[in-house]
Amino acid sequence: MAVLVGPETRVICQGLTGRAATYHCARMMAYGTRLVAGVTPGKGGRRHLDVPVFDTVAAAASATGADASLVFVPPVNAAKAMIECIEAEVPLVVCVTERVPLLDMIRVREVLDGSRTRLVGPNSQGVLAPGIAQLGVMTTVNARPGRIGVASRSASLTSEVVAQLTAVGLGQSTTIGVGGDPVHGLSLADCLDLFAEDPLTDGIVVIGEIGGTEEEEAAERLGALRLAKPVVALIAGRNAPREKRMGHAGAFMSGRGGSAIEKSEKLERAGALSAPAAYLVGETMNQELSRRRNAAG
Amino acid sequence: MFLHEFQAKELLARFGIPVPKGRVAASAADAERVARRLAFSRFAVKAQVHAGDRGANGGVLFAKGPAEVAAATAHLIGRPLVTAQTAPTGQIVRLAYIEEAIDVDRLLYVAVTIDPTEGRLVLLASAAGGDDVEQAVSRNSAAMLRLPIVLGKPATGDELLALATRLELAPALAAKVARLMAQLVDAAIDCDAQLIEINPLAVTPLGELVALDAKMQVDENAMFRQPDLENLRDVEAAETGDPLELAAQIHQINYVRMDGEIGVVVNGAGLALATLDILGDCGGRPANFMDIRTTATSQDIAYGFGLILSNPRTRVVLINVHGGGMQRCDTIAEGIAIAMRGAERTLPLVVRLAGNNADFARTRLTASGLTVQEARDMRHAAELAVAALHKDAA
Repeated sequence: MAVLVGPETRVICQGLTGRAATYHCARMMAYGTRLVAGVTPGKGGRRHLDVPVFDTVAAAASATGADASLVFVPPVNAAKAMIECIEAEVPLVVCVTERVPLLDMIRVREVLDGSRTRLVGPNSQGVLAPGIAQLGVMTTVNARPGRIGVASRSASLTSEVVAQLTAVGLGQSTTIGVGGDPVHGLSLADCLDLFAEDPLTDGIVVIGEIGGTEEEEAAERLGALRLAKPVVALIAGRNAPREKRMGHAGAFMSGRGGSAIEKSEKLERAGALSAPAAYLVGETMNQELSRRRNAAG
Repeated sequence: MFLHEFQAKELLARFGIPVPKGRVAASAADAERVARRLAFSRFAVKAQVHAGDRGANGGVLFAKGPAEVAAATAHLIGRPLVTAQTAPTGQIVRLAYIEEAIDVDRLLYVAVTIDPTEGRLVLLASAAGGDDVEQAVSRNSAAMLRLPIVLGKPATGDELLALATRLELAPALAAKVARLMAQLVDAAIDCDAQLIEINPLAVTPLGELVALDAKMQVDENAMFRQPDLENLRDVEAAETGDPLELAAQIHQINYVRMDGEIGVVVNGAGLALATLDILGDCGGRPANFMDIRTTATSQDIAYGFGLILSNPRTRVVLINVHGGGMQRCDTIAEGIAIAMRGAERTLPLVVRLAGNNADFARTRLTASGLTVQEARDMRHAAELAVAALHKDAA
């Protein structure tokens, strides 16, 4: 089993009739994802990829019993599409759209607050439960079913880490891309909660990078969770080019983001193991799991 | 996108925020004409660069009369201005803003920005305005007041007045500050600004408010609905100070020039950061950061690769590609082959390919006749690149 999605998850795609959505949804269906409908305003009544297309999320959800939506809508209308899902009380929304305006995302977050929806993204590669369901645009070639949960801010590093895990014989329960934008839905900390509660996840990989305060929040959550499962963290950006700063305001944000090393140290203090380098994440998790097995046995 | 001070002030004035009268000038002669027309008793002559801390670094000069304004402008224009917020080489000043020098009684700080942790706009205000605001707040965090802005429920006049009153202002002045705060929030929302900072917000001896400086950053992702602001884009003074970096953006590539010798080509920002980390661990120094976006075509990639070749510091190129669901290794291989065909020089290439269509990409690169060293993994790639550099030096 996996977190967020399962074999029964019925998925609709907003923007299904677009070119990129068509390509990726065909891949998702081939992977075994239950895509049950598309939503494209003005194209209701047609069929696309052999599923019905509806004008609205509400119509699609009530006709098909969908419990997840993949938002593949261009930036101009992406926020509207996400809000439509939240208002239709779709439990899971995954938005892959890049370049959604910041103020639009702030509006989405206001509607999301206190709602029954979980939002992943935007600018996320999506959620993959290897062997079960794919909601997103990630590669699946190296993913294998298994018991490691991966929560990540970076799509490219997720591909890399998934390949490493598989190479050392560790499959993945679920991989979650929280998205690369500063204002988004599900956080790394939220992913820790999900994986902590999942009886079929034995270890967690957290992939972060410089900028923002996600890793700091994740460290705080991790400290409170007191997990029995190992958590391996990789924070990229120790040698990043210096970011240009304009004005003072950035310095006044609550818990403003630290350096890659500071983020790693915070996670370590909360109980995570830092992967010594990006090519050693799979190895680090594997060694830690064996160490614990030996200690127990 | 950053705006210049003069552009930001012009926008803020449209929302009713008081700013000093001024004009922009591109040369000393131009500045002298402007000063003659404005005829103030004292002028501030301010370097227009996309960075703060100008005052403490010689970027703001004061002058009496047109001749002094011309001299001050001549002193600023054409030279690099280095501040804590620019690259170490600074930014070349091409424009000066000539405005009325204002007598001030007190300096306040107000800003609207995005708090990514909370996912909200926040209004910031402090009684400790000026260059030392960060120090004042680091000594005493209570010196910075915060008010979260809910877009669906705008702050009321009473809430803003309560905030302004906490700046220890007399009632009449607090009312003016509250009104200015409302205008500032309107401006931020209307312009899709992710930052508007008025520092300092001056209080004159007569009790009037004047925005003495203004910094403004507009959300790049919202430019499609801000065509008027797009027209304000100063390509040559782009955020990065490097026109090549902006050109790369148009080709779906995030490119930042750095100081080392090893050119780096990676797909995905996270993987690119990780590659620089490993390169550093192996004793290599990157000549650039490059993240090829998933939407880049092979022609875009060829352009990006050309940038790396055109950087005279680059002596070795490390290519690390993990083909994902959106981007395949072979697209990148194709782009590199195109760039190398037209290149004026060849460089040692170290390639690490994994993921989607890695085998196909290998065939492509080999077929194009390029000599490449293939690495097993990221660490191996970094080691090979550093070794190639040392061999090149020997």
